Amino acid sequence: MSDLKDLETRLKAWEEKKDVASLPEAVSDLNEPLKVVYTPLDTAGIDYMDKIGLPGEYPYTRGVYPGMYRVRPWAMRLYSGFGTAEDTNRRWKFLLEKGNNGVACAFDLPTQMGLDSDDPEAEDEVGRVGVSIDSLRDMENLYKDLPLDRIVSSFNINAPAAVILAMYVALGEQQGVPPEKLTGTLSNDILCEYVSRGMWVFSAEPALRLTTDVVEYCTRHMPRFYPFNIRGIIMREAGASMVDEAAFAFSNAVDYIQSAVERGLGVDEFARRISFFFSTGTQIFEEAARYRAARRLWARIMKERFSAKDPASMLFRFTGTVGGSFYRAQEPQNNLVRGAYGLLSNVLGGVQGMLHPALDEPFAIPTEETAKLALRTQQICAYETGVTKVVDPLGGSYYVEALTDKLEQDIEKGIQVIDDMGGAVTAIEKGVMQKAIADEAYRVAMEEKSGKRVVVGVNRFQSESSPRKMQYHRFDPGMFERQVARTQEVREERDNRAVAAALDRLKREAAGEENLLPCLVDVVKTYATLGEIMNALKEVFGTFKEPLLV
Amino acid sequence: MRRKIRILMAKPGLDGHDRGAKAVARTFLDEGMEVIYTGLHQSPQQIVNTAVQEDVDVIALSVLSGTHMSVCRKIIQGLKEAGAQDKTLIVGGTIVEEDIAPLKEAGVAEVFPPGSPIDAGVEYLRKRFADRL
Repeated sequence: MSDLKDLETRLKAWEEKKDVASLPEAVSDLNEPLKVVYTPLDTAGIDYMDKIGLPGEYPYTRGVYPGMYRVRPWAMRLYSGFGTAEDTNRRWKFLLEKGNNGVACAFDLPTQMGLDSDDPEAEDEVGRVGVSIDSLRDMENLYKDLPLDRIVSSFNINAPAAVILAMYVALGEQQGVPPEKLTGTLSNDILCEYVSRGMWVFSAEPALRLTTDVVEYCTRHMPRFYPFNIRGIIMREAGASMVDEAAFAFSNAVDYIQSAVERGLGVDEFARRISFFFSTGTQIFEEAARYRAARRLWARIMKERFSAKDPASMLFRFTGTVGGSFYRAQEPQNNLVRGAYGLLSNVLGGVQGMLHPALDEPFAIPTEETAKLALRTQQICAYETGVTKVVDPLGGSYYVEALTDKLEQDIEKGIQVIDDMGGAVTAIEKGVMQKAIADEAYRVAMEEKSGKRVVVGVNRFQSESSPRKMQYHRFDPGMFERQVARTQEVREERDNRAVAAALDRLKREAAGEENLLPCLVDVVKTYATLGEIMNALKEVFGTFKEPLLV
Repeated sequence: MRRKIRILMAKPGLDGHDRGAKAVARTFLDEGMEVIYTGLHQSPQQIVNTAVQEDVDVIALSVLSGTHMSVCRKIIQGLKEAGAQDKTLIVGGTIVEEDIAPLKEAGVAEVFPPGSPIDAGVEYLRKRFADRL
């Protein structure tokens, strides 16, 4: 310790001699002061094995796996397009031939909201941002001639997740594939929708029950189907700070886990299938430290709060992306550079998979060229920079370890605030998360307006911008008409008495405590539409009342 | 006593991205204007009804789904039917350049496409309602 005392003396002398106090100040992304330089004094109290440890071992600060990218780089994902069920079906067949067995399904907004294509509220939205699914018939078309026992399906679906899963199970039955052989994931993350994305339907408590029905059903009958992908990204993109993104995502996750445990599931039965999806900005060291902190904190939560015993239950595994909110429409080529730095932040933070946005993200759907550049950004990082050679290369940095500790404390405090008010559902119903997000979004907007927060090419170093050709997802009226006609045909051809009876049974079970998945599988087989099913559930569950605040 | 400018900030349709709507609403509040926020999933008719009930001066729409032409036409029609066509309608969101003129022809007072500064809306209203401020 005499070394540290000596260092302390030398540091003070250096500060005086070099007039360090008169140097310009710097603050973290959250406006907290940063030192000019960090030294062993800042990490003196940290017990290495206790707090930092080794990769692949509790508390996982240095990485979820021992070898990390030395084994293979993070999974490089491209956000691909969508279309009609037939277009998507064709594309998936092509991918399967090429040896790619993973298919990601984006659904249009009406489907995400549990609305049929001919619902007046669905007007102008059918098929625009994803596939339209009104009934089991549409799922059949989507997966026509595709073997469900060889495909990994990823569904970004939340409020109607249980219904979509039921359709998938029913489809499996048609193909002779039992539920336990079906492989895939569901986001199934309704709490995040209430906070920042708006694709909610039911009141929060019944929605949480449905979420847990999905988790229970998957845990018991579909062990290859991961029933969670918990998103911080949505909240970050809505304006949440890097601390709140983690605090709110973890609070939501805690509610889901609590609900599953109360249902009678052992935490080690399902927790290994939890994964997260976060958004990363360009503050390289803070972001990397944040993910190190997140790993340590999540492991502690699983061990201390939920008494997890299986190491696999304690892992903060995440897909990262560079948040589209960090990109700008002005001088879009700059986004390529922003993307590279954000990607580096993710990699230094130990990400498992990356969905990298294309440079034209602020105003267009990716072209083949910009999608390729996004992939190249990842490949150059993985294969040309050497960052994959050694695990957690920033570990031991006085600055990064100090940041890691601070961020862990801050995130933990954020979770405590939510806990103290009764948990995520209460916080959401009261608008607490929403307000924190709106406050931070406004703070950042004002900092950009004043120039305190520099955005190159936008509020500093501007040049004459040439107007860009903006695109958005087109609404195809022809496709809309065909979809509506198909759904009406389904309604005419099915046994409507069976549908009515099935929906009655659903309402009875919804009012009770059964797991609704088995009933939903039967209901979807009658070709009841998604809208009809969701309306029936709405009668029992009620709809969410959004706290109105700006 | 001059009456404060009353603004209805509205989110029509299914799109749930409200970061811009909320931040812009705050710039109005900072200016001393009154803001009523509708929340998400509003139909054009609901927006018209609320605008009339709340006796607002301005309807500010945030549309990020590309449905702005259709939504604006319906709201303008609804306002006419309610005898409330004197209300100022402004729209912000993912609006392509070539839609700006048709929107204005249809009756939209001002359009704020991507890249608009955060205070462009309040600047516009300051000028338009100069006599009231």
